[in-house]
Amino acid sequence: MGSNILLSAGADIDFMIHGIFSYEFFGQTVWITTTHVCVLIVLLLLIIFSIMAGRTMKRATEVPTGFQNVVEMVVEMLDKMTGSTMGKNAPKFLNYIGTIFIFILISNISGLFGLRPPTADYGVTLPLGLMTFALIHFNKFKYQKVKGVIEGLCNPWPIWAPINIIGDVAVPISLSLRLFANVLSGTVMMALVYGLLSKIAIIWPAALHVYFDLFSGAIQTYVFCMLTMTYISDAMTTE
Amino acid sequence: MEFNENFILGCSAIGAGLAVIAGIGPGVGQGIAAGHAAAAVGRNPGAKSDVTSTMLLGQAVAETTGLYGLLIAMLLLFVKPLLP
Repeated sequence: MGSNILLSAGADIDFMIHGIFSYEFFGQTVWITTTHVCVLIVLLLLIIFSIMAGRTMKRATEVPTGFQNVVEMVVEMLDKMTGSTMGKNAPKFLNYIGTIFIFILISNISGLFGLRPPTADYGVTLPLGLMTFALIHFNKFKYQKVKGVIEGLCNPWPIWAPINIIGDVAVPISLSLRLFANVLSGTVMMALVYGLLSKIAIIWPAALHVYFDLFSGAIQTYVFCMLTMTYISDAMTTE
Repeated sequence: MEFNENFILGCSAIGAGLAVIAGIGPGVGQGIAAGHAAAAVGRNPGAKSDVTSTMLLGQAVAETTGLYGLLIAMLLLFVKPLLP
């Protein structure tokens, strides 16, 4: 690994993805990595939360108490966020946006609990970007029809079409790389602090955790969801 | 001409250092965005939350190019694509 470059570091700087075991799948060697384990832990947490929320909301009371308060707060926050960006189309996309918002948020702040954040693996963020890409183009064809899409590509002149296509393809790449690089940079920075300064890393890394895990993670989650919503509602406008 | 491994690693390290110079642009851009946001809040303190969320969104988008530079540096240092 990189320890021959970081000469002063010793061997305990570790932010890479590790394989746990491999198996053969149609002639390909497929690895189960630490990312899979961390995604599973995050999903388990979310499933437990969902089951608890479902049980609580089945016997919901008029005046919310305890856990019901938390659930209602989360739903209202997501409702407000999608409503303010997408307007009347918000209810159709509330499920998708809410799901990716909660998943990315919990993934990003899972660095606080000693996991390697699953979003610091490009294999997790690229599918998220591709899902957004599929939604954008499905809605584009649904609302603007084939004629509108072709007109959009040939804007302002037909010779512009290749550049417009490149611009379309760049959307999921930039979306996923932005999230990936932000979380990865936080992970690397924390690994460097703990590896290089391990003698004096007593309490003050907590402040760095607040910035790199909590603040940066929350901002990137918000940005990913806002950009997804902006692109989708952009694709849904008919001229 | 054959180069040995250490020479390639050294050049990769220099390249990684050059790649993170990309951080200058987003720094300037985010500073300008924050300055204008501060001016906007000064003019209209009631719109503080809206201005702040718009500023953070714009800054996060402006950060992308700097992060590409960071990614190139990471690839050069830790994935070492130039080694034979």
